[in-house]
This record gives sequence, C-alpha cells and structure tokens, in this order.
Amino acid sequence: MANMSLTKNPMPSQDPNVRNKNFEEVALGYTEAQALDEAQRCLNCKNKPCMTGCPVMVHIPEFIAEVAKGDFEAAYQIISNTSALPAVCGRVCPQESQCEKYCVRGKKGDPVGIGRLERFVADWHNAHSTAAPEKPASNGHKVAVVGSGPSGLTCAGDLARKGYDVTVFEALHLAGGVLVYGIPEFRLPKSIVQKEVDGLKALGVTIATDTVIGRTVSIDELQDEMGFEAVFIGSGAGLPMFMDIPGVNYKGVLSANEFLTRINLMKAYLPDSDTPIIHPKKVAVVGGGNVAMDAARCAKRLGAEVYVVYRRGMEELPARKEEVEHAEEEGIIFKTLNNPVEILADEDDNVSKIRCIKMELGEPDASGRRRPIEVAGSEFDLDVDCVIMALGTSPNPLIKSTTKGLEINKKGGIVVNEDGLTSRENVYAGGDAVTGAATVILAMGAGKTAAKAIDEVLSKK
Amino acid sequence: MYRIVRKEALRPTVTLYEIEAPLIAKKAQPGQFIILRVDEHGERIPITINNYDPEKGTVTIIVQTVGATTEKLKHLNEGDCLQDFVGPLGKATETEGKKKVCVVGGGVGCAIAYPVLKKFHDDGAEVHAVVGFKNKDLVILEDDFRKSSDILKICTDDGSYGQKGLVTDALKELIDAGNQYDEVFAIGPMIMMKFVSKTTEPYGIPTTVSMSPIMVDGTGMCGGCRLSVGGEMKFACVDGPDFDGHKVDWDLAVKRNQMYRDFEMHKHEETCNLFKKEAE
Repeated sequence: MANMSLTKNPMPSQDPNVRNKNFEEVALGYTEAQALDEAQRCLNCKNKPCMTGCPVMVHIPEFIAEVAKGDFEAAYQIISNTSALPAVCGRVCPQESQCEKYCVRGKKGDPVGIGRLERFVADWHNAHSTAAPEKPASNGHKVAVVGSGPSGLTCAGDLARKGYDVTVFEALHLAGGVLVYGIPEFRLPKSIVQKEVDGLKALGVTIATDTVIGRTVSIDELQDEMGFEAVFIGSGAGLPMFMDIPGVNYKGVLSANEFLTRINLMKAYLPDSDTPIIHPKKVAVVGGGNVAMDAARCAKRLGAEVYVVYRRGMEELPARKEEVEHAEEEGIIFKTLNNPVEILADEDDNVSKIRCIKMELGEPDASGRRRPIEVAGSEFDLDVDCVIMALGTSPNPLIKSTTKGLEINKKGGIVVNEDGLTSRENVYAGGDAVTGAATVILAMGAGKTAAKAIDEVLSKK
Repeated sequence: MYRIVRKEALRPTVTLYEIEAPLIAKKAQPGQFIILRVDEHGERIPITINNYDPEKGTVTIIVQTVGATTEKLKHLNEGDCLQDFVGPLGKATETEGKKKVCVVGGGVGCAIAYPVLKKFHDDGAEVHAVVGFKNKDLVILEDDFRKSSDILKICTDDGSYGQKGLVTDALKELIDAGNQYDEVFAIGPMIMMKFVSKTTEPYGIPTTVSMSPIMVDGTGMCGGCRLSVGGEMKFACVDGPDFDGHKVDWDLAVKRNQMYRDFEMHKHEETCNLFKKEAE
C-alpha cells in the first residue's frame, strides 16, 4: 500500500545560523528509513509523466520501486543507465520545474521527492559499492570532448559505455566545469564531483586538464592531426557580463564568476590556500538568479552583511525558490525593486557605496515579465565595500574566434541542428555553449543527444 | 604534471626555468603567457613566456621572487614538477611591418621584452633597446639583447652599471637624437609602462604595452584582469595582454593591482618562515 501522506519527507539540513558560518553541505540527505518512506509515496503510474520532465529520461518509477524494496544498488544501476551524474543532479536540478512538476502526487499535495531519492541512491552507492565499473571493450573510434562540464561529462560517459576512446579536454586544472568553479561546496560537495569524474575515468575516459582548446590545440588539429573522428564542444557560457555604470572597475567590484572561482575552485576561504579573496564587511550582490544566491551565500559565510540588489520584485527572482528561501534563512537581505546606477569609491579607489534607484513594475515585456521602470528622483546610497555582479554570462568567444566555418548566432551561441551537429563536419556542440547560460540537466540532455548522434554516424564506419 | 628540465639562477632573485610542455612549445608566440600552479594549494599566476623550443618540447620562463608563489617556485629543483602549466594564453605581439622600433624593458620584464625584440629583429626591423634595472646585480640577458639590437642602452637606478637614471630618460634621448620609431614597445612594472607611454605621447609615437593585471583563470571567464582602454572594458587575458599605451587608464590599473597587497605580504612572510623552519 502506498504512503498517502500529502507532504514530502522533509530534508534534514544544517541549522541556518550554523551553516551560514561554514562551507559544509546545507542539506544532509535522507536516512534509509526516510528514503524507504518517501519511495512508498510513488504510485508507479503506468504512463510515467515524471519521466517526460527529465531531460535524460531517468527511469524514475522503476528506480523508486527498487528503493521501496530496499535494494538501493539496483536502484542506482537503473539511474546510471541514463544519467552520468546522479549525485550531482539529485542536488542541483530544479526538480520543481522538471520531473517533480509532472508527478501525479503533486496535483494534491507535494510531488514525490524524486530529486531527494536520486541523491540518496547515488550517495548510498558511493558509500557502499566497491565494485569498479566494467571497462567496455574498445570499438576503435576516437572522440574528443571539449569542456568537462555537465554536457561534456555526459557525452563522454555515454560514448565510453559504448566502447569509444574518449578524451575530454579541460582548460582549468580540475574537471567539472561549473560544478567545480561555480556551484559552492555547501550545495554540491566537490568530493562528489570528483567521484563522478573518477567513475568516468574507470570507464576508460581520458581527462586532459590544463588544455585550452583554441589556444593549446585547435579544433582543426583535433580532427586533422590528432585523429579524433568526432568532436563535441561543451565549452559552456563562461564570459561574465558587467553593468555599464560608472565605477565598475573600482577595487572591490568583481564578477560572480571571479568571486565563486576563487572560493570554489581555488578554495580561497581555507587558510592553506595561496589564492586571496576579499573579506568584505558589507556586500551588494547585483542580480537575482541562482548564481547571485550562491555568491550572496558565500559572501555571508566569509562574514559579511549581504544585500541582494535586484531590479524586479521577490516574485520575479529567477533563482530557484528553494535557493531564495535558504538565502533568507541565512540572513541575506533582499533589496528588490532597486537597480544600481553608480558605484562610488574612497580616495584609494576602494568601493565605498553603491548608488541605486528605486524601480516599479510596468507592463509585461517581450519575455512576459513585467518591465521594471525607474522611479524618478528616488536614488539612494547603500554603504558597501564590495559589489559582486551576477548578471549572467555568455558563451566564451575563444573557440568561435579560432575555428573557421563554425556558425554562431547573434548571442554568441554555436548553431546546431536537432542532433547537436554544428556547421562543421563531425563537430557537435551542446549545453550552454549553444543555449547561453541554462541548467545542468539541460546541458546533460544535450550531451546525451550528441553522443547518440555521434554513435549513429561512427558506428556505421 | 610539468617537469622542470633546467633551472638557472640568473641573479639572486631572478631565476630561469625550462619546463617540459610540448603542446605549448609548439604553439607559443612572442608576447604570449602561461598560467602556472606550483602545488595543489597553489594559486594560479600568469608568467609571460621568455622562450620556447618546439623540437625539445620546452618552454622557458624567467621569474623574479616577489611573493609566496614565486618563493615556492624557487624551492623547486630540476626534475621536480609543477602541478599545472597552461597556455599559450593571450594574443601574440604584432611585430610585422615595422621598420624601426624601440623596445623598452624594465627589470624582469626584460625577460619578456627579449622574445619580442628578437622577433622584430628577425623580421628585419632596425631595433633599439632600452633596458632598466634597479642596480648592477639585477641586470639580466645582456648578451641576448646585445646580439639582437642595433643600439642597446642599459640603465640602472643607482648608476652601478650603464647609464644612471630611468629608462624614460634614455628613451627620450634617443627620440630627441632624431630617431623616428614606427613603434615603441614597453614591458615592465606598470608604473614604468605608464611613464614610457607619457614620454612618447607628445611625439605621437605609437606605443604598445604588455599589461600585467591580476589574473585567475586567464581564459576570459572571470574579468579579474579587466582594464579600461580608451573608455572600453577589456579583459587583458583574452583581448591582450598588449594594448595601446596611450589609451590605458593607468591610475586605475595600478590601483587594481594592489587589491590583495596585505594578503600577499602576509602570505609571503608565512611561506618564507615555513621554508626557514624546514631548513632548521
């Protein structure tokens, strides 16, 4: 008999006033008993609407049925058939707009905690399983993957399982892309990313770090000299945007990418790290997306008083609701309906204030969101010693500028067809490099699509 | 991991390292840089390439010991490995089509000025060089410079070697002696490049500087290295490092480079103490 409780088993988590002073994971994960209980809430629907919301088509009711039986390893095997990064997705996917959005139980009460169960299963496997994955026999075909973020790792994993000889090229010194430099430890422990990467290595994937495609090696060299029969570009959207306002280059103004890279990749908050980070007293984080929440919560953990300055209202914040709630619980102050117009500094060019103007919402614009309009004469100053710009990112132009014949759209994204094929023969692309900044799971879906298309072409050779 | 195949102390605080990095050696051009990380706790620092040997598969860098990371580097020996070594990064210096140039190098910047100077020379330009050092003990690469330049002026701040005074004085003398340069190329401390640019500006001589702002990734993803050039925001790691010296907002660039000064001084001291303890 199914568990007919209308509410999800709550996620055990660190107390807000404790966690806002450390970088340890906020959500602690289900216990076995909680997972068993939550799994009983799944009705095992025949038409499986939840699966239609999952970009990598995890066989959700099947794995949950195994959890309900207590066979967690069997559940893991079902998930890993279609997902290369279950411990990551269970943590960072916006399930409320994907799998859980379509869950029948969500029509009346909470949907099944699919993400929490996926996370439980993956963590259980990582803690208990000792069996190394079997390395498939080589099929003799070589594929290069550019970028080791979610799309690249997924594409590499899918191809490696089919016997392809895959090399992933990564510009930074660690694999994982946004999973290692962007998403903070308290949402996604880096040891988990490392484990998923190690899993791919065990499948035979080579990870070449410190290799900047477009500089160290070009796409043409990968194809012509190094013998890669197909290339997948998953280089992401890492180019940060800054506001075009006076004072944007003062000391203490930085992009969220820089702030988060120093913290997450370089571990600048730890005393044994050689990488410096500013320890501000009062910070304004400009923007309202998940990256803004991550930056704000990191700044809080460095001991600052933190404002999130966003030009629309609380309802319009593009960040996940859960992230906004976590930020509020941790003491982040939301200054919504405000837009920065100038950054001011002391005589030594250190940031001293951010000048904002109040906004009100007008008619919906082309994007369907209500357009913010400045309230004349409403400028005011916030005393801050640091401003973090989290306004979004666009695709890095390096590959575009060094690869002839690669078609790019107006926003800098690589143009692809439904298979992920670019305008260049045997060159595929996916993830943020194509769409501009989006989600981890969409990038994984794109990696999967391209892997399938690459396999269809190369397996006929 | 990237092996140090040769280490040579050029001066007490200036060291040459030849690093095994075949892919970078194959691609490197004068004016480009690498990013290195000494060990797993290490920071990423940019160092401009001094030389490269595609056949041997090595890249040479010359580093002055100024802080924690360069101190750590100094304690590595031939055969030891660097954790990370990435590149070549940035755009190569444009050296083509110049008939007469003056290359100005300051301090360890001369290590970087040299490959650019040599390229100008090999491309057939008449090359004048002005190199400046604090004192005689810091003079490096004199023979290399002498071989590839038509006129070489060595300056020291204290007059202990060559001409006493600043590189800007020597440069001005050359200009006032009637030398018409197609370009002045300057590389060294920001403050030196600023004053070289100020010196050439009244004469209208095109001046290129190789900027050295603080960097993290070196691939254009963070904007830590941004500069204001001609009123536009530029990322030195991808748009540069070379820029028009007459368009750079120097005061801002100089101040931005001091952002982490307290941390850096503290970290350097800490690292030195650590090595001292180990030695005891």
